[in-house]
Parts: sequence; structure tokens; C-alpha cells
Amino acid sequence: MNDVMNKPIIIAENLTKQYSGKTVVNKLNLTINEGEIFGLLGPNGAGKSTIILMLLGLTEPASGSVRVAGFNSTKEPIRVKRVTGYLPERLGFYEDMTARQNLRYTADLNSVASSEVEARIRESLEIVGLEKNKNHLVATFSKGMKKRLGIADVLIKKPRLAILDEPTEGLDIKIANQILDNILILNKEKNITFLISSHQLNLIQKICSRVGIMSKGNLIGEGNIDSLDRGLFSAGKYRIEIELSTVDPSIIEKIKTIDTVVEVSEKDNVIEILSGEDVRPQVSRLVIDNNLLLIRMVIKDSSLEDIYLKYFKEE
Amino acid sequence: MKGALTVFRKEIGDYFSSKIFIILLALIYIAGLGFAYLSIQAIKSAPMSTDQALLVKVFIDEMFFLKLYTVGEINAIMTFNFVRFFGAFIPLIGIMFGFNAINSERNSGNISRILAQPIYRDSLINGKFLAGITTISIMISSIVLIVMGIGLRSIGVPPTSEEILRIFIFIIICVIYGIFWMSLSMLFSVLMRNVAAAILTAIPIWLFLTFFWPFLSPQIANRAIPVPAGATLATQISNVSLTVDLMRISPFILFYESTAAVMDPTLGHLSMRVTDSDLSRMIASPLSISQSLVQIWPQLIAILALAMICFAISYIVFMKQEIRST
Repeated sequence: MNDVMNKPIIIAENLTKQYSGKTVVNKLNLTINEGEIFGLLGPNGAGKSTIILMLLGLTEPASGSVRVAGFNSTKEPIRVKRVTGYLPERLGFYEDMTARQNLRYTADLNSVASSEVEARIRESLEIVGLEKNKNHLVATFSKGMKKRLGIADVLIKKPRLAILDEPTEGLDIKIANQILDNILILNKEKNITFLISSHQLNLIQKICSRVGIMSKGNLIGEGNIDSLDRGLFSAGKYRIEIELSTVDPSIIEKIKTIDTVVEVSEKDNVIEILSGEDVRPQVSRLVIDNNLLLIRMVIKDSSLEDIYLKYFKEE
Repeated sequence: MKGALTVFRKEIGDYFSSKIFIILLALIYIAGLGFAYLSIQAIKSAPMSTDQALLVKVFIDEMFFLKLYTVGEINAIMTFNFVRFFGAFIPLIGIMFGFNAINSERNSGNISRILAQPIYRDSLINGKFLAGITTISIMISSIVLIVMGIGLRSIGVPPTSEEILRIFIFIIICVIYGIFWMSLSMLFSVLMRNVAAAILTAIPIWLFLTFFWPFLSPQIANRAIPVPAGATLATQISNVSLTVDLMRISPFILFYESTAAVMDPTLGHLSMRVTDSDLSRMIASPLSISQSLVQIWPQLIAILALAMICFAISYIVFMKQEIRST
């Protein structure tokens, strides 16, 4: 994924938004390059959807600016929307119209040449696997089918950038994976840049080249998932956890004397060590020298879970 | 503008295939034809009739063709005819085409998807407004013209050019009146997220202004300017003019006065209150069309202004409303 050209398609600078005095997005700085799949992750209410609305020029920022594909979203929203597809979180279609009629309306609103409309509708529906339901009323569609129709709707305008807000929410895992596969293929074959907002961190991060973690209006971390963990939680340090049969207070003091160890804490016979280096050999020697029984010792790098627990389960 | 046209085309298609449109159209056609039938029967029977009221009504001036729309059912209490039926029914049509214009888009989740397309935000409300105007115009003018055609065959007297002009002015007044009610209910559709709340606000307002206010106004006037037995003429006049002024708050009265002036040229002096029993003593002196227009001009402008105010508020509120994620 590093071979993608570093041409930014979204540049947000100090983007801020308040709703009735409450800051929903706080001084967001974010650059997304062409060809990326960027995951904007965070719990509900973290400000993700508001960011998206500002990107599309549907909501005006309180301060700061955002440019999409070179256009200022606030001042030239039409030009932004010409190259950007959007799948809203609360997705709705005209239920008394067929899938084809709904897509046709979108095509008309995008001024697609009438000679080309039918071909585009067919192609978009084929990609999401709904070509058999082309002439069915949307009222008969399941939730998963509507989301897929939403992706087809995004594709009608042949976007350079697709912004998907919670594309897999409320779907069973099979359909969700199908949608994620579609996104990967579209990214590779049609070179569409994706910005995906979701609270389903585990599901979405699989396909993202980069993610940003939102919490309470702040972007608290950005990068690929692997680099995020230490950055976010241990400030670049290792976290080692050991469990002993009994804890002798003196052992804690002894561990603290090891070089590079910054912090030691103990709870229920489990000692957590924060250290600049991997100090497992030294720690195990100390344990044995003090005649204590070691039950387990691990380096905690399951940071994804931690991110999840710390930021996503807060509500 | 292109966006508004696309929205317009879709909305027109929606209206013409919707059940509510078909039902309203059927009702207005049935009622229109029914009143035309009553009028034709009355006009045909008039030469042999001894009924004073009917004779006066039909022969007071020479505008036989307009009688198709104004005679209707005559009885001792009141006249109920095509024109009055329109006054009661058009608001319903207007309300039906406006009450869910914006809030249904919002509730169904279509609004953020549509506004994410490269169109100006006002295209949505403009397109819907234009589609509503067009549909209302088609509904109203078609039945008026159908009655015209039937009348031509059955009474055999062709309309004069003045009568045709009057009928077209009547259509325009009806359409403007319909637009007012559509704008008002569209305003509620912008202000209220709940579709049921919007229609349940619009319909009582219609009922109040149409059926209640005209009866309430004299009561208020009598409280403000009592007319005791033996009151001076000046007191009586100021009482009546206060009543009239109060009544004109209701767009229904504005509509009623202007259509009466256009379609009933003899009764067209709006400054005079004419009851059916006064008719037989009146000298037939129908107003010329330009005089009729002078009479109704303030009423017409007032309805139009009300419609524009409602639309302007809807427009501004809609443009300022946040598109929120939830």
C-alpha cells in the first residue's frame, strides 16, 4: 500500500464544529491521499459523521477549512459532490420505486448522459450483486440489500472518492464481508479512494491502509493499526504483564530498579510493567531469584482490544 | 436549475401515480360534473319556471355561460355551486401536495443522499414547489375546461370572449389559492419532522379559517362596536365594515370575494352585501371585466402575498436547517 502516490485528496485543517455550544469536532487536521482506504474509527457520537458532512459541504464548519479534490467544501460544494460519492449512515431510498428507478434518479441528478445511464446502472448493480433485483421495489429489500444498493448508488457517478458512513452497521458478518470485499476490489480496480467511518473497529481495520481513531471530537491517533498501538497507549514503550502465585512487595521494588523500567503496578497478583525495552529476561531472573512462582508473562501487544476497550466501550 | 428540473420531473411522476392524487382528482371531477349537471338542469328549466330566485339567478345578466359555474343547487337557505365547492376543496388539494414535502424526505433518510448529489440545496424545495403548482393547475383547469365543454354541448349558447376571459381569471385565482395552501402546508413540512403533526396542524387551520372564522367575525365586531336598537347609521356602518375587515383575515373570504366578483359580475360590487332576497330588486348592471378586476385586485394580491410569505419562510428555514447525522 505504500506505492500509492502521495497526492492528497482530502485536506482538513483545524476543522472545528460546534452544535449548540458543544464541540463535536475539535481542530481536526487530516490528510488522506488518493488511492487510500482510510478508516475513520470511533464510538458513536465521536464526531465522525459531522466530519463527513463538513467534507461534503452539507454542514458548515465553525472554523478551519477542508478541501476535497482541490475544492473548498464549504465554498464549492457542488464541485466536491461531483467527484464524491456518499453513503449516509441513515440510508434511505424511495421505497415505492424500483432499484433501477432510484439509481436513475441519482444519475439524472448527476447529469449523466442519457445514453450512458442504463449501462452505468447495470454495471453498478452487477458490482454489488443486485442485478437480479433491478426491477424490484426497494420496499422489498432487506437491510443488507439496501446497503449494497447504497454502494451502487455511490458508484453511479463514477466517483474519485467514496465516503461511506457505517457501511456495515447492523449487517450480519457474511454480508458485511461481502461489502468489504467490494470496497477492496473497487479500490484496486477503479482506483477509488475510500473514507470509511465505523464504530466496528475489528471489522473495518482489516481492509484499511490507514486508520484514524476519533474520541469525543478529537483525532487521538492516526496511522496504520500496528503503529497505532504503542503510540496511543504506551508512548512507544513495551508493556509486560506477569502473573505470580503470590506477590511479595519487595519484588515490585526490585523490578523498578531494572534499567529502562518506567512504571510498575500491581493488582490481584498481576504486575504490569512499562518499559523502554523488552525486559522479560531480567524480570524472569528476578522472579526465580526470589523464589516466586511464575504463572504467566506476556508482552501486551493486543492493543486493538485495548483501543476498543478504552475508547469504544465508553458509552 | 437543472437539479430543480430533475426533482420536478420525479415529483410530477410521483404525484400522477400516487393514490392520493387519483382520489382527489376523482372527487373533484365527480363534484365538478355534479354541479355542472345541476346548473344545466336549472338553466334549462328556468324559462318555464315560476321560481323567482331561480329566474333572477339565471336571467339577471346575459352571461349564461358563467351560470354553469354559479347556479348549482339553489334552495331557500343558500346557494351551493361549483365556485363555492372549489373554495372548500382547493385547500385540501393544496395541503395534500405540501404536508409531507420535506419531512418525508428527512424521515426516509433520502435527504442526505439526495443533497450529496451535485445540485444546489434549494433545487429540492424548488422542484417540489413547481411540481405541486403544476399538478394543482392541471387538476383545476382540467375540470373547469371539461365543464365548459359539456356546457357548450348542453346549453347550446357559446361563451363570449369576455366569459372565456373570466373563466381563465377564475382558474388563475383558484390556482393561486391552491398555491397558498400548498405553501402553508409545505411550511409545516419544513418545521415539523413528524408528517402526521404537519397535516394535523394544516387541516385545523383550514377548518378554522374556512368554516369558523366567517361566523366568528360578526360576533367579534358586535362586541367591539355594539349596535343597540335605534343605533345610528354610522354605528351600523362601522360595525359592518369591521366585520368585513375581520372576515378578510381568512384567505377563504378573499377567495370567495374575488371569485364571486369574477364569476357573478352583477353581484360583483364587493362593497355591497347582497343577499339572495335582494337580488330581485336589483337593477341588472354587470360590471365590466376591467371593473371586476379592479374589485378583486387587493384580494388577489393578498392571497398571492400570503403564498409567497409561506414559501419564503419555508425556503429560508430549509436552507438554514442543519443536515444532521441523526
